[in-house]
Amino acid sequence: MSARTLIKAPKTARRGEVIEISAIIGHPMESGFRPGADGQRLPRNIITRFSCHYDDALVFAAEFSPAISANPLIAFHTVAVASGTLRLSWEGEQGFRHSESVTITVA
Amino acid sequence: MLQTATGLTGWLLLRPAQANTQLQDAVRAWAGGTPVQSGRVQIDIATVVDNGNTVPLGVRVDSPMTASDHVVAIAVFNERNPQADVLRCQLGPRAGKAQVSTRIRLATTQKLTAVARMSDGSCWQQTVEVIVALAACLEELQ
Repeated sequence: MSARTLIKAPKTARRGEVIEISAIIGHPMESGFRPGADGQRLPRNIITRFSCHYDDALVFAAEFSPAISANPLIAFHTVAVASGTLRLSWEGEQGFRHSESVTITVA
Repeated sequence: MLQTATGLTGWLLLRPAQANTQLQDAVRAWAGGTPVQSGRVQIDIATVVDNGNTVPLGVRVDSPMTASDHVVAIAVFNERNPQADVLRCQLGPRAGKAQVSTRIRLATTQKLTAVARMSDGSCWQQTVEVIVALAACLEELQ
């Protein structure tokens, strides 16, 4: 499933520097508590998990709930240890899966 | 008369406790028996919020984030949304800084608690109260 994402991460960093990564993904995050136009509750459809791997090592993960706003933003930090790839993945209900990669050059 | 007075006092004393239950239960369940101490956690959120649909939230934990002393997990719970969960994060020494931000929904004026679990097993928390002018999830009811 495709989704629009907006990822903010530095392209270069010094070794040992703490970098901030923020990611937004286009998703309705339908809470399951909200009635639709016909008065019936809209079925729940949320992203349940976000994770960030830095060259295959898990550096950050988060579990979302219906209390996270639509188009969820998540911002976190990691230490720039080596040049490599950051893989950001989202997993959700109704088979939602998306992942994006950004490369970072560490001097 | 005395009974009514007692009943009323009882109701007044019980009411805040009941409202708080969802929050306290969730924090207790997450801590898993570990006593939760106040401090080291700081919640960044506006005290008065116009629109509960997207409220910027930040949580910072005071920790050196070294291999021997770091934050393992951060969780945020609410008092009056339909479900107590907001966010649960998994961190490690490679996070470098124990700080996360997101945007959340708030159904009404309520309390929020952020809890952090350290690598030594101790749990720390902070609770803030947020006043919400326009609640989340209700726009299609009108």
